[in-house]
Amino acid sequence: MNAQLALLAALDGIAYAALVFMVAVGLTLIFGVLRILNVAHGSFYAIGAYTAVSVGLAITAAGLSPWLAFPGLVLAAVLVGGILGTVIERGLLKRIYTKEPVLQLLITFAVFMILEDVQRLVWGVQPYFASEPVNLLGTVQVFGIYYTSYQLLLLPAVALAVLIGLRLFLRRTLTGRLVTAVTEDREMATAIGIDAERVYLLAFVLGATFAALGGALASPTTSLVPGIGAEMIVLSFAVVATAGLGQVEGAAIAALLIGLGRSFAVYLAPEFEVVVPYLVMVTVLLIRPQGLFGVAERRRI
Amino acid sequence: MLGRHLAALTLTLVSGAALAADRPEAIKVGITAFLSGPASVFGEPAKAAAEMMIASMNEAGGIDGVPVTPIFVDEGAGGEHVLSEYRRLVQEENVDVMFASISSGNCNKVAPLAEDLQVLNFMWDCGTQRIFEEGEYRYVFRTQANATPEMLATVLYLLKTKPDFETIAVVNQDYAWGRDSWDIFRTALQAMKPDVRVVAELFPKFGAPDFSTEITRLSAMRPDVILSTSWGGDLDTFVRQSAQRGLTEQATFVLPLAESSLERLGKDLGPGHIVGGRGDHYFLHPEMVGDAAFEGFVDAFRERTGAYPIYPVFHMSQALAALEAAYTKAIEANGGAWPEAAQVVDAMSGLTFQGLGRPITIREDNQGLEDQLVGTTVHSDAHDFAVLDDMMIFDAAAITTPVGELSVEWLKTLTPDFVDSVQVDRFQHGS
Repeated sequence: MNAQLALLAALDGIAYAALVFMVAVGLTLIFGVLRILNVAHGSFYAIGAYTAVSVGLAITAAGLSPWLAFPGLVLAAVLVGGILGTVIERGLLKRIYTKEPVLQLLITFAVFMILEDVQRLVWGVQPYFASEPVNLLGTVQVFGIYYTSYQLLLLPAVALAVLIGLRLFLRRTLTGRLVTAVTEDREMATAIGIDAERVYLLAFVLGATFAALGGALASPTTSLVPGIGAEMIVLSFAVVATAGLGQVEGAAIAALLIGLGRSFAVYLAPEFEVVVPYLVMVTVLLIRPQGLFGVAERRRI
Repeated sequence: MLGRHLAALTLTLVSGAALAADRPEAIKVGITAFLSGPASVFGEPAKAAAEMMIASMNEAGGIDGVPVTPIFVDEGAGGEHVLSEYRRLVQEENVDVMFASISSGNCNKVAPLAEDLQVLNFMWDCGTQRIFEEGEYRYVFRTQANATPEMLATVLYLLKTKPDFETIAVVNQDYAWGRDSWDIFRTALQAMKPDVRVVAELFPKFGAPDFSTEITRLSAMRPDVILSTSWGGDLDTFVRQSAQRGLTEQATFVLPLAESSLERLGKDLGPGHIVGGRGDHYFLHPEMVGDAAFEGFVDAFRERTGAYPIYPVFHMSQALAALEAAYTKAIEANGGAWPEAAQVVDAMSGLTFQGLGRPITIREDNQGLEDQLVGTTVHSDAHDFAVLDDMMIFDAAAITTPVGELSVEWLKTLTPDFVDSVQVDRFQHGS
């Protein structure tokens, strides 16, 4: 493998990592604040993707400018994250914060299963594909190989914007600092008057919106079929575990590691492509059981 | 509980003594199909087709006056579920015939179970060629071809239409079908074209949402031919992403299952690529177009589902045609009286039946002999997706592994002369 091929592989890896990061960062944010491992996160990804396609088809059907598809993707994500996220947090999760982690896991898994069926009811089982946004942006050539601008430029740019935006939000804004405070120590935060319930809702809706945005951005590049949510949740669990639960920047690094590992595997050892994310995870966890950036939990008395 | 067992025992004894059975109220058919998960792209159309075809059979008086009742089982719930439902349908619901299944993995599991339960089983859609090559069955039949003739027909078509290509790459799904179909394809190809170079063997994860890296690598390598036996969302994504990045312009794609994706892919699948449909299955089948029943069904199916029928629909038509033919033959052999279950099984040997394609005959190893249609994509104004031209229909007898031989061993014995020795019917109809 020469330098040229290595660069090509890196470009693919980055585009892939961008999508995975978007979903994983939502998952890790929700875990960081709510301490719930949300299996239904995969459903936000899937429903975000399906909704984006429906919005895109509606835009085409209405005869509007195809460029509206781009705000349409964001709109779909906000709709799904805002509505579905609020309903699930207020209606269900709110009641189980004090329960056993295993029970919480089972309940979010049940929600995931229910939402899988909801997708089938609403969108059926035939693959959906709406590649209009990818076609609009055209292709760029790198060493004689065509890449879509959408995957090469837009996806990494959005992921970077999410990363920087989230970092600024958590560190520089009052609301963000409240979120950070609840993440660090809920009891203390509540004691000094922070409305933890509001923070929980905010974090959950934000996390759900990121997952839906990941789905919406993925929708023009891939076929939407039953089961895409399950695929994504497993992968983002791997990213989050590698990074350390609750680590935002860590999720970016881990997604990049997994994305690059996967694309290099296609060149060097295609047979290992499928297991690369998990190999990366196992290797990291063997050396650092708390994840790359995770902090070992202090025991509370 | 005990009472029911005793009753069942008495029933067995009584029916064992009599030669003709009472005419039942219905022929119950258990049908396994994917109604959830990615393979529901096949299961849902097949289920719709089964319901439509059974309804019209029953409207016409059923089979010798007896209506057919289907009971569906979702293969998407997993192999264990299929096995327990299979037992339940046979033992509690007393189904007469089972159609199982779409997944080769499920066929491998239900074939021995059908023998244990002594229930007539049609393998109506699964591809694995191994079952009849590795064992003998009394109750299990395949009402369609298997992976060997399906792949061999594609290889032959490729060699007949594009004899001078030098390099090939494969991008298959990483599961049993992706691996097995490549084994068959490669063995046949290397036997008939020993100088061919396989430049990449890529097996992305089943259900992979993104093939960018594979496409980059293939774009850099520039193989003459790219094979993919993938299907459903995987195939759609692979073809679309390839088209977006110009790969479909650089290489000839060989897609043995793409008949089932043509309509969804729209014009993203350009002209000049080789497409098959696991049998002589095509809604524009050159010998069936113009046939009132065929066209009537295609229209009705579109009306109901919004899409043209694809190969699992045709496979379902074959299984139902076999069911009707077997009962009709058994009734005739029984002097017009309703046949025993065993007599229906006996009627299967050598049975010929016709679904929505050419007639199919069951061979002595219970394998169906089904012809294969392969064509090349063209764009026409009549449809907003690619249609097939330069179609060839391969005679099943010439390309199906002989009885008693193992496919991979038999394929190794083929020689370059085999390509020209196989006679085909050619059809050009473009738009």
